Formats: sequence, structure tokens, C-alpha cells
Amino acid sequence: MTSTKILPALPLLAAGAATVLGASPALAASVTITIPQVKVAEYHRPYVAGWIEPVAGGNARTIFVWYDVKKAGREPGTKWLADLRSWWRKGGNTMKMPADGLSGATRAPGTYTVPIPANLPAGQYVLKVEAARETGGRELVSVPFSVPAKGGSASGKTELGTITIR
Amino acid sequence: MRFRTILIAAAASSALASPALAHRQWLLPSTTTLAGTGEYVTVDAAVSNDLFYPDHVAMDPAQVSVWAPDGTEGKIENPSKGRYRGTFDVAINKPGTWKIGMERSSIGGTFKVDGEQWRVGGRGRPAGAPGAPGGPGAPGAARPAGAPAAAPAGGPGGPGGQPMRMVATVADIPANATEVKLTESLSTYAVYVSADAPTKGVLTPTGKGLEFDPITHPDALVSDEEAQFRFLIDGKPAAGVKVSIVPGGKKYREAEDAQELTTGADGVLRVKWPVAGMYWLSASAEDAKPSDKRAASRRMSFTSTLEVVAP
Repeated sequence: MTSTKILPALPLLAAGAATVLGASPALAASVTITIPQVKVAEYHRPYVAGWIEPVAGGNARTIFVWYDVKKAGREPGTKWLADLRSWWRKGGNTMKMPADGLSGATRAPGTYTVPIPANLPAGQYVLKVEAARETGGRELVSVPFSVPAKGGSASGKTELGTITIR
Repeated sequence: MRFRTILIAAAASSALASPALAHRQWLLPSTTTLAGTGEYVTVDAAVSNDLFYPDHVAMDPAQVSVWAPDGTEGKIENPSKGRYRGTFDVAINKPGTWKIGMERSSIGGTFKVDGEQWRVGGRGRPAGAPGAPGGPGAPGAARPAGAPAAAPAGGPGGPGGQPMRMVATVADIPANATEVKLTESLSTYAVYVSADAPTKGVLTPTGKGLEFDPITHPDALVSDEEAQFRFLIDGKPAAGVKVSIVPGGKKYREAEDAQELTTGADGVLRVKWPVAGMYWLSASAEDAKPSDKRAASRRMSFTSTLEVVAP
């Protein structure tokens, strides 16, 4: 196991508001992701992936991917990973699933916290979170941040709620 | 058998070489991007004016070849030919980029024997190529064979008489032929489907004819990113190649909205996509460097169907 485990949900301190916090460099940064309730007759939990892109260019780094890990039947849950089409192109298509410390089961609506790797070199980054839901929509949310010590927040409109880095 | 030569009527051959003509041949894969190696693509194949709306002539899936990422030959499954549309499946069971399509070469044209006009059937066969069957429908029984006696009016092999006499191949042109006017035609139609990460093995240029040498991988096209496709002729960057880019679904718009573009001095075509969707790309070029010395000119085309996703 690597140190990048999925942590249990932490309470949101400033949900909804665009927050720019001066975090102490000593604290590991993390991102909270909100999966909204969607009132539809046929609901499936969304596939969601998050990754970090250096603004200056360079490889994207996946920090989590949630998919149907234990799907029964003829077709594996990995089949629909390509529906996270931006993530797929930015690195998902070279990853082996399950990915140790990165992949996990789909999540019910709620708020979840994932650590941001502590070994990111100083610089400007964009965190991207993409969600795709069976019989539903697909959404991509971008949150610019920098290392060290500058978080940010952005909200999706349909498939994702507030994404906050602190 | 990387190069399959098949029979094509002269009309179809010229339609392939001249994308400006209305009837377009197309392959439409159900997707170009797959996760894992347990999936299939299912492909529609047809000839029609509007893309990708099958309302004219079905393409026979037997014309289609499949190249796997490792260079081996793939196969089509469940082929069927309907009224307007052929369909087939391909098991995309190896990681990387697959190529599905047709590569054709032919030499066609005209010559005269004793003042009578003859046609070469537009079905040349490069030596060693997999044999196309002997030419169904070829009224080639009427052979001049250097002997005018063998080509009397009406033609021995042409029941009812052919308006123009025809031989099947360049090899059948008699020694006493005059005014020999031949054109070599090379055409490629290829679609690209990737399982997991795209690879470039099936895109390796051979150095012959007009080839697609993309800088942006054809399975990594995004509507808000400019795509760059290099075109080569005989392995060298080809400037001035005319390329049509046509989005599918004209019937839901007022106009075709085709882009008519030209490769730059570096042989590179730069494409901006107005919307996400499936596009038909057709490049064509002509020069005077046919592989067969009896031909005076060479017409080349490369055609593809490209999937452009929204960002």
C-alpha cells in the first residue's frame, strides 16, 4: 500500500463559498468532492475520477478513480471507465485497474475527502474532477491551485457539487 | 496480406479518387475508444451522399481488412449486407490502435486498336497481391490480343455487344495499341479504434503513395484542441494536399459545413473542429509518378472517419 489512502469524509468548513485558504505547508492538502443527490427514477452512482495537471505542462497524475469494482455479469465495470473521457485521455487509458491506493468503489451522494499527494513539486496546478453517470450526464470541474499553500474551490452544476482544495 | 486489391467498377474507382463527387464511401465505427480488451466495435459500411446516413448502396463487408496493433491480421465477424448498409463486428482483443478499412490499387484508362476505343477495366493487380477473383462481370472475353480479328464489332464475349470494348488489366493491352492513356489509382480508407492507450504501429508509413501520418493521434481528438495531421507522398511530407473535412448529420443542419483545407509546406494539415462528433476526412492528390511506367499519372486518396469528443 502507498500512503495515498482514501480518507473518510471530513466536515466541510466553508461549503459552497469560493474559498482561498492559506494552508500551513506542514499540513497535507486534501480535496473534498461532493456528489450531489440527483432526483431521477433510475439512479446509478457515478464513475468519478480526479487528477492533477501541472499548468506548465507535463503528465497528469491521477489521485482517485471510483468505478463499479465488483460488477457482476458478463461485462466488467472497467468497460465504462472510458466514459470519463477526459480522464481516460489524460492518463486513465494507461492505468491498470484496480490501481493500488487510487481506485475504489463508486460513492453514494455525499462529501468525500481525498489527500493531495504530499510530494508535488512547488508550482501551479489544476485539479480536475470528472463524473459520468449511467443513463445520466457527465461533468468536468477544474480547480486551480498551487503548491505550496494555496487552495481553491469550484462547483459543478449537474453531476458534481462543490470541489474544494484546502 | 497488407494490400488487398479488389474489383471495382470504374465509376466507383473514380468516386474514391475524387472526393468532390457526391457519393461517398464510409465506415462508421460504433466508437473509437474502448476500455480494456474484452470489447467489440460494430461498424456500418455504406456509400451515400450524406454522412453518415445510409440511403443509397450498402458496402460489402468482405471488402474490409483489419490490422491489429501488433501487425497481425484481425478479422471481421457477423458480416451482413442490408439494403442500404453493410455491418460487421471486430473483436478489439489486443491493446493499442487497430486499423479497419480498405487499401486498393488499380490502373485504368483507354487505348485504341485500329481506331477503335478500348478501356482498361480499372482493376490492376500488383504482382503478388492476394488474388481477386477473376473478374465477375468483366466483359473481358473480348480481347484484342493484338489481332484485330479477335475484336470484331459486337465482340465475341459481349452478348448484346458492349458500347466500349474492355480488357481486364494492363497486361491485356496488345502490343499494337495506340494512344494508351492510363492512370494509376491508389486509395485507402481506414478508421482507427483503440483499446486502452492509443499506439502508432498501424500508422507506420510504408513510403508508398499518399499516407496519413498524424501528429495528433486520430483517437485523441478533442473539439477544443487543434488537430495536426501530416500527409506523406512516397514517404515525404506532401504540401498542397487537398483535404475535405465533413461533419456527419447534415440533415439536422442547413448546410454541409464542410471544411476544404490544404496541407502546409511541411505537409501538415491543421484542423479546428466546430463541434464534437463524427467527421469524414478525405485527402486527395495527383502526380505523374505512377509505379507502372505505362501509366502517365497517379491519383491517390486517403479517407477516414474520425471521432472528435467534447472536452
